[in-house]
Amino acid sequence: MTHLSFEQFKSKAKELLEKFTGKPLSTKDKISIPMQEMPTQEPLERIKNMSEVALGYSPEQAKLEALRCLECKNLPCIKGCPVQINIPGFIKAIADGDNKLAIDIIKRNSLLPAVCGRVCPQETQCQELCTIGKSLKDVNQAVSIGRLERFVADWERDNHLMKAPEVKPETHKKVAVIGSGPAGITVAADVRREGHSVTIFEAFHKPGGVLIYGIPEFRLPKKIVEIEIETLKKMGVEIKTNFVIGRTKTLPELLEKDKFDAIFIGTGAGLPKFLEIEGENAIGVFSANEYLTRSNLMRAYDREHADTPIVRSHKVAVLGGGNVAMDAARTALRLGAQEVHLIYRRTEVEMPARVEEVAHAKEEGVQFHFLENAKRIISDDYGCVKAIECLKYQLGEPDSSGRRRPIAIKGSEFLFEVDTVIVAVGNESNPLIKQTTPDLKTNEWGNIIADANGKTSMDRVFAGGDIVIGAATVILAMGQGRIAAKSINELLSSK
Amino acid sequence: MNTIIENKQLSENVFQITLEAPMIAESRKPGQFILLQVHEDGERIPLTIADVDIKAGTITLIVQVAGKTTHLLSQLKSGESIFYVVGPLGNPTHIDYFGRVICIGGGIGTAPLYPIAKALKEKGNYLITILGARTKNLFILEDKMKAVSDEFIICTDDGSYGQKGLVTQPLKELCEKTPKPDLVVAIGPAIMMKFCAETTRPFHIKTLVSLNTIMVDGTGMCGGCRVSVGGKAQFVCVDGPEFDGHLVDFQNMMQRLSAYKKQEELKYHECKLKNIR
Repeated sequence: MTHLSFEQFKSKAKELLEKFTGKPLSTKDKISIPMQEMPTQEPLERIKNMSEVALGYSPEQAKLEALRCLECKNLPCIKGCPVQINIPGFIKAIADGDNKLAIDIIKRNSLLPAVCGRVCPQETQCQELCTIGKSLKDVNQAVSIGRLERFVADWERDNHLMKAPEVKPETHKKVAVIGSGPAGITVAADVRREGHSVTIFEAFHKPGGVLIYGIPEFRLPKKIVEIEIETLKKMGVEIKTNFVIGRTKTLPELLEKDKFDAIFIGTGAGLPKFLEIEGENAIGVFSANEYLTRSNLMRAYDREHADTPIVRSHKVAVLGGGNVAMDAARTALRLGAQEVHLIYRRTEVEMPARVEEVAHAKEEGVQFHFLENAKRIISDDYGCVKAIECLKYQLGEPDSSGRRRPIAIKGSEFLFEVDTVIVAVGNESNPLIKQTTPDLKTNEWGNIIADANGKTSMDRVFAGGDIVIGAATVILAMGQGRIAAKSINELLSSK
Repeated sequence: MNTIIENKQLSENVFQITLEAPMIAESRKPGQFILLQVHEDGERIPLTIADVDIKAGTITLIVQVAGKTTHLLSQLKSGESIFYVVGPLGNPTHIDYFGRVICIGGGIGTAPLYPIAKALKEKGNYLITILGARTKNLFILEDKMKAVSDEFIICTDDGSYGQKGLVTQPLKELCEKTPKPDLVVAIGPAIMMKFCAETTRPFHIKTLVSLNTIMVDGTGMCGGCRVSVGGKAQFVCVDGPEFDGHLVDFQNMMQRLSAYKKQEELKYHECKLKNIR
């Protein structure tokens, strides 16, 4: 596939727009409009920088893409959205040239459209149910809802039209939000809007949670997150960084000593899983969390300025097949690795990573190895990784997740020389709050148990996001935050 | 925030830094540590808390200069401040009445050891302290440790002070005597903790060690601090920092400590060349 520039996409869209504007479009017309590709930085160029890969639509591309929407009466796309955005409504506004209306419609339901437009897995949510995609028999041909969401969010920010939501008069009730990731940000905004005072406690020195430490700059520019955090501050939300709940203060202390009227726990899934194989503690084996945190939060990729070191790799193996594995693999390329191999024990079809991320990783030169998995890690005399021993797999019957179970093929061991191994096989729940809050009920995996309204086993304590549902997505965490915030607001208004 | 109250040079490479950190001072318990970042482009490093003053809202850190970050710390003057300090982190030491306890401090390991020794003494334990260092002028907190100890032994590698030899010699003698010690707490360089654990192993005396590994977040999120304990990976930040010394794979831990040695040396070298402070 030849790589088209932003300008080339733009002028092609402009030509087509002239053909389709000024007349009512039939369903057939709409289906005939080609799906607008996302302009990106050229692959071999972008692996030399950390800047965002996807460049965003031009107004022409956005309008043309918006014209593809059939405005289905039964609203299938909305059913796929965890926060029920009025998708056909905002897309129609873009088609009509009213970007302001479009962003206002989105913001009724979502607080972070510039983030979600970039990182939501639309192909398994709204876009999966899109009629256009279905009639073209390809989910990747659906209306590009996420790209349009990003377009209007960026349009609003670039035109300095972002406004902090209005805050009702002070109620003098205090809410603590633990963690400043997507769930915490949502709760803070929704609760603050009702006039309650909100304090966010964040363990790191920068707020934003996984949006800051986990997702790399090339997929989600940190500037965007910082602006969202600024909005919270403008609303009067107080953010206490370098404050570890469970250590600096415990949750019971927040309730009893500091007299918070309610608490929301959104601490995320912060405890990396390892494969528990031989040699996993060798030098050169990292959790994806560590590798990404060093690069993103501590800016170790900027070797000249940042003091935080990061490994200099030649040949990297990334173990896992999710979005975090893609982020780690693509970061490794940008940090100068000559070869990056992604090893996944099932096939590409079962891979949980977004199709777009996989495509980007492939374009950039990440080499994929399916139906293989590491069995042990071999190190040299100094304890540094020198190879991994892998096993070949085949797919058996579906397991409880519905995916076909990978079965190791006996005797298929082979050696693979690498100097770095990044383990990206998921996260478990962080133990800090659990350890210091005996009354808080958790399940066998350590996730906090919360009901459909976000209520935990403790009075006035709510929870949501990955600490409740296990490692999931930004939008699901936001959706849970919304629900918990509603419960908190109800509790406080009845008191 | 995080303003330096006093920075005192204790020996050639060791500095005692007292800084404002009221919340940490209040909630910290013996055995816990902090993480700090000196400036915006700096790295996060874990440091043990040697002492606190709740009333004054200060904590005291003992810093041995080993690289760029510790060098920058050593250069700070009172009134200047650190980008941030976070903590207290790690699990507190289990303080109880055990009976006869031997506390072993090697080099600046005496800094984290002191609050533990003090708390153990307050619980009524019979406290025997062994402090070791390469040479005489490297001892820290000697008077404070002496004040909480029932017996007090000093060792130097070169014989310039106290007994000549390693801390493991008096440790072995104490293990052979009756009454046998009920608990040993050894904090110091990894190699010292390893040999203390080897010394007590044949006597089946529980030996606690406190590990200081490479960390990024200190809250369980990165796993960079993991060590093999009894064949299982444990995170020093949330499972430790104290572990049963008989179960720790010190060899692997020492290798992991050197993971960034080359890059660290380069940064330190650059920093000295440019005379950054």
